[in-house]
Amino acid sequence: MHQRWKEVLIKHIFLFFALASIFFLLGIVIVLFKEGLPIFRIVRIKDFILGKSWYPTYDPPDFGILSLILGSLWVTFGALIIAIPLGVSAATYISEVAHPKVKEIAKPVVELLAGIPSVVYGFFGMVILAPWLQDVFNLPTGLTCLTASIILGFMALPTVVSISEDAISAVPFSYKEASYALGATKWETISKVTVPSAISGITTAIILGIGRAIGETMTVLMVAGGAAVIPRSFLRPVRPMTATIAAEMGEAPVGSDHYHALFGIAIMLFIITLGFNLLADHLATTFRRKMGQ
Amino acid sequence: MDGRIKIETRGLNFYYSEVPALKNVNIEIEENLVTALIGPSGCGKTTFLRTLNRMNDLVPTTRVEGKVLFDGQDIYQKNIDVVELRRKIGMVFQKSNPFPKSVFENAAYGPRLNGINNKSKLEEIVERSLRKAALWDEVKDRLKASALDLSGGQQQRLCIARSLAVEPEVLLMDEPASALDPTSTAKIEDLIHELKKNYTIVIVTHNMQQAARISDYTAFFMLGELTEFGATEVIFTKPKKKITEDYITGRFG
Amino acid sequence: MKSKQVKQVIYFSLLRFSIVIILSGLLLILFFIGMRGVKVLSWEFLTQMPKEGMTSGGILPAIIGTFYLTIGAILFALPLGVFAAIYLTEYARQGRLVRLIRIGINNLAGVPSVVFGLFGLAVFVKFFGFGVSILSGALTLGIVILPTIIRASEEALLIVPQSFREASLALGATKWQTIRKIVLPNAISGILTGSILGIGRAAGETAPILFTAATFYIIRLPRSFFDEVQALPYHIYALMTEGTHPESQMPIAYGTALVLLFLVLSIDSVGIIIRNQFRKKKKW
Repeated sequence: MHQRWKEVLIKHIFLFFALASIFFLLGIVIVLFKEGLPIFRIVRIKDFILGKSWYPTYDPPDFGILSLILGSLWVTFGALIIAIPLGVSAATYISEVAHPKVKEIAKPVVELLAGIPSVVYGFFGMVILAPWLQDVFNLPTGLTCLTASIILGFMALPTVVSISEDAISAVPFSYKEASYALGATKWETISKVTVPSAISGITTAIILGIGRAIGETMTVLMVAGGAAVIPRSFLRPVRPMTATIAAEMGEAPVGSDHYHALFGIAIMLFIITLGFNLLADHLATTFRRKMGQ
Repeated sequence: MDGRIKIETRGLNFYYSEVPALKNVNIEIEENLVTALIGPSGCGKTTFLRTLNRMNDLVPTTRVEGKVLFDGQDIYQKNIDVVELRRKIGMVFQKSNPFPKSVFENAAYGPRLNGINNKSKLEEIVERSLRKAALWDEVKDRLKASALDLSGGQQQRLCIARSLAVEPEVLLMDEPASALDPTSTAKIEDLIHELKKNYTIVIVTHNMQQAARISDYTAFFMLGELTEFGATEVIFTKPKKKITEDYITGRFG
Repeated sequence: MKSKQVKQVIYFSLLRFSIVIILSGLLLILFFIGMRGVKVLSWEFLTQMPKEGMTSGGILPAIIGTFYLTIGAILFALPLGVFAAIYLTEYARQGRLVRLIRIGINNLAGVPSVVFGLFGLAVFVKFFGFGVSILSGALTLGIVILPTIIRASEEALLIVPQSFREASLALGATKWQTIRKIVLPNAISGILTGSILGIGRAAGETAPILFTAATFYIIRLPRSFFDEVQALPYHIYALMTEGTHPESQMPIAYGTALVLLFLVLSIDSVGIIIRNQFRKKKKW
């Protein structure tokens, strides 16, 4: 009997640790709301989200984050234009076309790409890519939405490639066999059977890539240019939400309106990324069920 | 039947997520004899075996109805200690599964669980178990070698020794020779013959000749039901049911 | 028939080209940072304190700071992650609770790194009063890498064959005895290997330590876990944005970036190589 109680106790200790992730997630939510909600005593939620000017240190200050939200959306959109075609093509190639030896090298290389710290990407963007783009397009500054998009696109690639590749590889061989048996070429099979069958898995990959791009901080802080204006062109600077928080938190006195406003931005950011993550989670579950795993 | 009943099931039903796998199985297993479970694949014989030491508890979404009496006590009662039960009812699996440890440590695993750490005592138990499993002479000079370096037949006998070291009363064997060559199979069969002096043995086998050679009683399962049960001699010579005869003579399955 | 084949060749070349682009991106980064960083690299650069208002001297404090932060993060996250993984693989049955835990882990993995920084600031720096310190930064980084550790540990635990568990339980071992004596010893090397990737992540993160641990300049090396530190990733950022003498600080930034890149990529490579061999080599 004594031993049985011990077993039950041990199980519950492990359960406690398993719940830690949820505790931390809840903790994050509590902290963000506790520190962020006070700003809505000063501005209405609608004015906060749709307000066009962000002048947190003026007197009187303006706490409108529309330009920051749009900044995030623009760079993310730009990143996707790069990451989706490149990432899905690469995943298809690695999974279906590449020689096993190429595959064995390509997969770790993609993983290494994921391992490069974001500050190094940002640094590279600042010192190499930005001057080059400035030169090519003859711009006043090379730190633009486009620069951030290119770098972010590359940073989202590992996520898109590895998860799409898993999805494409998971398509049962019987599907492909059926296609070949009907006289389809390899390319026809890939483009009409294999990749379409994996589409929900690929969508998951893309959504996770979006999450990664929206939440990325150091890169956009360093290369997006930082202008808190409504974006009009990919060749102008923008100021995404993450960059705003990172750049201004150090200067905002704790407990000030500015401080609360930055947490307010973090609430928006958290909700957006949580939404994408839940969506990806849901799609992944659906995909696994569909593939009969 | 005149011997003492070791295990008895009454109205035993078993479900995998509500799909019945055993239907109303009633059987009496006699002490110090070998009972063979035969039947076509998927007939429930392995499932039945695993209900006897509650190994099926480990499979999610399964459910048991009815009684399994071990020495007259229902092992599915709430107050039964499963760990204690499994020490009394040992099991040998279809695919030999020695731990990636030394030969010695494999055999000593069970005794160590029971808190025996005295070196000479352990050595004594390990030697006795390995002798009982007819493996001692082959491995006595390499007790420290990895169990994974033994041959398939040796590995399976090591698994038997490992079970014997716990000193169980019953030994459940799930097709213990199915992955072995004829020589190793013969050794295991001899071993079973030897072991029944001290243990009650229940063995699943898909090999008719094997069942006929080694068992005293035979139970024939079909589609989750115990179709026929009786002395092996009778089952193999004068089965009561046509379907049993068909199976045994190899007309199907 | 012919045109079909031509089409296939063209499309396959396009697919192959995407790999080439990705690879060139990686090589460009490695090339520029490698070429320019290696010029300032020297023994002194690695082992000296910064001098003359960060315009010359070495990056020793940043290396040491990153070392402390990373070790602290792994000390915090490893036991937490391994225990969580043990629950998920060994105890949990599929159900609502497990589903909830998995959603928690997946979403924790998706939280933007700057939000972790805010959490660390509000909880560790302020609420617990650890201040801007190694401790606050390490704890924050620990939470960042927790999902990585859990996933790696789960993978390693799942590789241990079910038949080992059954054999042990059939011998009358309790669940905990089975985990302690059979499952963990066979999974531990896989767990550690997978966790190497978490170390790489912790060493390279900037945003989580921005408000919790990092500072641009310290006079002396940290003496306790309550001191603030320099760190390699933050050092690069700070040199590029807060520096006042770009012409002398840019080379230092290149050197720091090379050191960080080398550090993180070699940690990751080791992790990836060992793990892949581990996956290939079926011991059982």
